[in-house]
Amino acid sequence: MSTRLITVLLILLFSFDRAFAQNPDDIFRTDRLNALVFVVIFSVAILLYTRWAKQGKPLFLRKIAGLQAVEEAVGRATEMGRPVLYVPGIDELDQIETIAGVSILGRVAKITAQYDTPLMVPVRYPLVYAAAQEVVEQSYVEMGKADAFDRDAVRYVAGEQFAFTANVNGYMMRERPATNIYMGAFFAESLLLAETGNAAGSIQIAGTAKPEQLPFFIAACDYTLMGEELYAASAYLSHEPLMLGGLKGQDFIKIIIVILIVIGVILASFNVSDRFLGLFEAV
Amino acid sequence: MRTAAPVFVAFASGLILVVAFFFNEETTTIGKLSHQLLDWVIIVGGFTLLLGLVSITRVNWAAVKRRSDGWIYKLFTIIAIFVTAIPSVLSPDWSPLFGRARGSIFDWLFNYLQAPMMATMFATLAFYIASAAYRAFRARNAEATILLLTATLVMLWRVPIGEALLNLLPGNIPDLINTYVMNGANLAVQRGIIVGAALGAASMSLRIILGIERTYMGKG
Repeated sequence: MSTRLITVLLILLFSFDRAFAQNPDDIFRTDRLNALVFVVIFSVAILLYTRWAKQGKPLFLRKIAGLQAVEEAVGRATEMGRPVLYVPGIDELDQIETIAGVSILGRVAKITAQYDTPLMVPVRYPLVYAAAQEVVEQSYVEMGKADAFDRDAVRYVAGEQFAFTANVNGYMMRERPATNIYMGAFFAESLLLAETGNAAGSIQIAGTAKPEQLPFFIAACDYTLMGEELYAASAYLSHEPLMLGGLKGQDFIKIIIVILIVIGVILASFNVSDRFLGLFEAV
Repeated sequence: MRTAAPVFVAFASGLILVVAFFFNEETTTIGKLSHQLLDWVIIVGGFTLLLGLVSITRVNWAAVKRRSDGWIYKLFTIIAIFVTAIPSVLSPDWSPLFGRARGSIFDWLFNYLQAPMMATMFATLAFYIASAAYRAFRARNAEATILLLTATLVMLWRVPIGEALLNLLPGNIPDLINTYVMNGANLAVQRGIIVGAALGAASMSLRIILGIERTYMGKG
């Protein structure tokens, strides 16, 4: 009902603008038509696969070692009686990588709640602090461990990148958490964090979509989620068909992109690719 | 209601921002609305700063009260926060030491304490890179040996003396590195990761907008 209401409101808004516009370019970004076509195809693919998943069609998903290791890593922390450190990246909440990090935090918090393992979540932005605290509290409530929830488990530690890093590194060397999980957007501090965790003897699982930080995590962590695996993690860990359907839709689009790349390569080889490449120009 | 309201807000704001991307931002109502939404994010973020301040003060003050390990540093953190924050929000009309202009307390603390400390932290990265590279580049097997050789050539090529040395060898090695390693294998893999990540981000955004994914609220 609410979806329909908003759609009607949006149509009314467009009609209002259109009535007063002299030139269609004043209203629509015709130069972004290619992106619109892509968004429509992408959305249809995701929705179709989600629908099929809902109907109970079996969906194959390859195993992601890093995600399978999460429970094992938290179990290790429980056995050792040491905390789990979870860093949901160092970017703002308006970044999708941070949202992915906070989503995975919910799953990790459920496992720590189940095993009564201490959890420490340092954050760099107050908005992330509010969201992460809500997610952790909700996870403890859902696991029936509301009393075990420590309101200081999620901490705002510093707003500056390297002040944040110094604080987290200090925590790692003092408390020696058994497991460090880094999921989200990371920048120059990625190796500072991961190497310190390595020196502290923690088992480390990292995930980021920043390709320039991936080599650092791969070198210093036990498991690394690369790019899209980070976004797939919350769906993968949930085992919910509805969310897994979205992943399959994404794979379908990847196949289309690969086919388009092959066509582009062939056309470029014969030097007749100008019009074809023009279809994909970003504005 | 506790779940429905955030899902509704996520759907409405997500849809408006996606749709606004295809409309003229300056002349259309939806374009202006999307700007308004982004301004609201900044305002909400401003209010949450207070939450951050409360969190950092509470956690550190509790450690000071308990006299736990390193409590003196935590006390110093609390003092540093207020010594930096309070003069910076006071009016510079009262004293040139207030506010954030040149010569203020905030300016002095930033330039002579915070900036050098951040630079020091960043500089330590060199040592961390050295230790990580040592572990990553050990020739344990065939793949690791290829990685070691390639990395050595790339690193040599990136410094003037190394490039000069490589140019002495026959076969124009710097050009080969540039063509096949950096603009070939390296760029292809990076683009693959970027395309995958972009699709993953779009897919997750769609799941959130449609209310399929609610894990960011701790649900599901």
